Amino acid sequence: MAPRDDGIGAAVRRKEDFRFLTGRGLYVDDIVRPGQLYAYILRSPHAHAEIRAIDTAKAMRAKGVVAVFTGADMAKDNVGSLPCGWQVKNKDGSPMNEPPHPPLAVDRVRHVGDPVAVVIADSREAAKDAAELVEIDYRPLPAVVSVAEAIKPGAPQVWDIAPGNTCYDWEIGDKAAVDAAFSRAHHVARIELVNNRLVPNAMEPRAAIGDFDPASGEYTLYTTSQNPHVIRLLMGAFVLHIPESKLRVYAPDVGGGFGSKIFHYAEEAIVTWAAGKVKRPVKWTAERSESFMTDAHGRDHVTRAELALDRDGKFLGLRVSTLANMGAYLSTFAPCVPTYLYATLLAGVYTTPAIYAEVRAVFTNTVPVDAYRGAGRPEATYLLERLVDVAAREMNIDPVEIRRRNFIAPDAFPYQTPVALQYDSGNYHATLDQALKAADWAGFPKRREEARKRGKLRGIGISTYIEACGIAPSNVVGALGARAGLYEAAEVRVHPTGTVTVFTGCHSHGQGHETTYAQLVAEGLGIPIENVEIVHGDTAKIPFGMGTYGSRSLAVGGSAIVRAMDKIIRKGKKIASHLLEAAEADIEFKDGKFTVAGTDRSKTFAEVALAAYVPHNYPLDELEPGLDETAFYDPKNFTFPAGCHICEVEIDPDTGVTQVVNFTAVDDVGRVINPMIVEGQVQGGVAQGIGQALLENCVYDENGQLLTGSMMDYTMPRADNLPSIAVSTHTTLCTHNPLGVKGCGEVGAIGAPPAVINAIVDALSSYGITHIDMPATPQRVWKAIQDARMKQAA
Amino acid sequence: MEEVATISVQVNGQRITRTVPVRMSLADFLRQELELTGTHVGCEQGICGACTVVVNGRCSRSCLMLAVQVDGGTVETVEGATETGRLKPLQDAFYARAALQCGFCTPGILLTAAEFLDEHSAPSRAQIREALSGNYCRCTGYQAIVDAIETASASWRRPG
Repeated sequence: MAPRDDGIGAAVRRKEDFRFLTGRGLYVDDIVRPGQLYAYILRSPHAHAEIRAIDTAKAMRAKGVVAVFTGADMAKDNVGSLPCGWQVKNKDGSPMNEPPHPPLAVDRVRHVGDPVAVVIADSREAAKDAAELVEIDYRPLPAVVSVAEAIKPGAPQVWDIAPGNTCYDWEIGDKAAVDAAFSRAHHVARIELVNNRLVPNAMEPRAAIGDFDPASGEYTLYTTSQNPHVIRLLMGAFVLHIPESKLRVYAPDVGGGFGSKIFHYAEEAIVTWAAGKVKRPVKWTAERSESFMTDAHGRDHVTRAELALDRDGKFLGLRVSTLANMGAYLSTFAPCVPTYLYATLLAGVYTTPAIYAEVRAVFTNTVPVDAYRGAGRPEATYLLERLVDVAAREMNIDPVEIRRRNFIAPDAFPYQTPVALQYDSGNYHATLDQALKAADWAGFPKRREEARKRGKLRGIGISTYIEACGIAPSNVVGALGARAGLYEAAEVRVHPTGTVTVFTGCHSHGQGHETTYAQLVAEGLGIPIENVEIVHGDTAKIPFGMGTYGSRSLAVGGSAIVRAMDKIIRKGKKIASHLLEAAEADIEFKDGKFTVAGTDRSKTFAEVALAAYVPHNYPLDELEPGLDETAFYDPKNFTFPAGCHICEVEIDPDTGVTQVVNFTAVDDVGRVINPMIVEGQVQGGVAQGIGQALLENCVYDENGQLLTGSMMDYTMPRADNLPSIAVSTHTTLCTHNPLGVKGCGEVGAIGAPPAVINAIVDALSSYGITHIDMPATPQRVWKAIQDARMKQAA
Repeated sequence: MEEVATISVQVNGQRITRTVPVRMSLADFLRQELELTGTHVGCEQGICGACTVVVNGRCSRSCLMLAVQVDGGTVETVEGATETGRLKPLQDAFYARAALQCGFCTPGILLTAAEFLDEHSAPSRAQIREALSGNYCRCTGYQAIVDAIETASASWRRPG
């Protein structure tokens, strides 16, 4: 039989696109509830200040105002702290310092944008006007912004309970083994680098509507979330003390997330609580400036690392010391990002036998930092791939060759790294070879020479990365400090006529799940893809779910769907065996038909579904009617997408402008369900990776004022900043999930930054330049060239 | 008192008369008064292009205009341009190429691309990228969008 054109592996066009292409998407701010009021949140203009008094009387009297609330009002109602979902332990085993996080600040504000009061009025404008009448007496306090400053003795203290501004001081690996490796090293390569702070900037600003039904006592929160069940759990259980049975969280179409919409934010709690107080729906929509000062930021590491090598360039040991900025409060998953999503990836694709990393997480008077596309893995990859290039250059070994010498061999799986992870499959030589060919690595010297004639400096850079996705086995993450399980749930509801609705706990905010998941079901149940609908985002409809992040939706959420389909097929076989008067063991299910093996006697999937719902001829003594199954899938391991990215840049030495002229990505994302969607995920990720490498940087001044507080000041890639990105895949299957899938959402953001910077350093190598920090802006590149020329002249 | 004004404007071919606050933006007018929520507000500063609509025949940032400024004029949104079929070749090409992910920037990009194709036959990819450079997309990396516009250009009927 020919492969289906709507099944696994087909470039099926996206089912969700019609509504988006015609302006009929439904985002939170598009929703209007009857009697809806509008919230404006008054925020701290100071990075650090004591709140001495708040006077809301004038604002309360303003036209259109229904209520004004402060942190004291929420405290009176016993509103709890926004919880942190992950506890990391210090080197000595003691728990991290975990300060409280009230939704509205009570006696102190700790970053610019910290919410202080909420004005609720009958229009956005009335609320905003009235907010100007709220009088807040602040006593400004000294602020601290950078991790380097925050750890100095005498630095301003963000939290009294966190001396030295330390959240935790954590370690992983075998320190003694690493010391021994360094003692016998032929060469030690060293690097110090900054992983620049990023602002996620999903195109849709966050929004939330709280709604309360006094008749039933039920609350509904409409929110821009990647994981509505997680929000229901955290907000219901820890903040507002509303039982799940009385709280519905609905995340409809969400306009991009990239991690920033995972977390439980203050505004969600504020509008839900306020709706209960004023007994009317309350809507809040972020202005872009609020996104900049409240959406959790990403990255912000300062790292020193050393790699010990033997005479042949084999890696003997790796030593890493990182300062990670947590911002002013602990966001939902912040503590795990620079630890279990970062340092556990420091083996990369290499056989480095001894690794030791220590990470100190630091509070500052800045927006909380949490997972942003890649979350920890881009930081690990950037560090490692830069350091490997430094070592290659210093030892005069070709950067491709040094990687080959250290790759984990294709036959070495399962491979246990010295930093906890066990890789299940991969073929790093294969992705490298494919990328070298696709990028015409061999032809580069000719291109460099041609560019030189045009006055351009051309460089080529490579990165061979790995990441851990499909988070995660619940017992493993539980042992590491996670306060939640990380399985996924799916319900497959077969209707009487054989059409199917799937309810998934994952959430699509651009990923195309309505298509990819439908392909799984069309193939798995042998029905046309038109007969499959995917429902996500609504806790009132979906059994449960942990949501979408960490490239987990297919590996974990897709596997849950497969498990639920398995149950459907098992039950279908029982029904078919009754209808066909054959032994259950003799029933085969294939291409949508239940057949008695070796005969032409069969029942279609739709016939079996109808029998289940109209059980006139049905084994009612043994089997319940209906055909509707739920599965919870807890993964056995992480998945390990890996690959090779190659970047070519041209630099104008007179202006410092860098242009990415070629970019090649070869990724092993496991089995590909929809190649068109995978290509888009990789290209989008690479674009964000190039953005980090060349353009994006979140800057605070020394007083904690956000200098890059708008899209006019914070530069993201535009269409004319980017090249075409050549994407291909090389597949090794994940060995432990039923689909063999690994995940593709983050590979671009992980693989690209070091490829770009390695290319820039290569282009500038004739000046003796060995490193440049991200973002490699024209100013930075130009200055590096000028400094190098001065040094050469001296 | 909130100062108001009565405006009369043709929106997607329909004559509409409304009394609006003078400080109401065109984007808010379309979204809140007319419930045309296909126009999205991404930055309120004219940078991201998500709010792009066609005002008096030209692509404009509806977040930077006041509703009172379109008094006596015409406005076309993604809903109207879908209804008339003006966007069809682009919508087909975007669908065929998955040139959208979260969909938030898509309406603004479609209208921008339509105006561009009205004025350029057989554009180069570099020209397409330049034309798109006023519209942020955070999801796709733009490549599929460039591909789709290139495809649509082949069948695009430029206004005579």
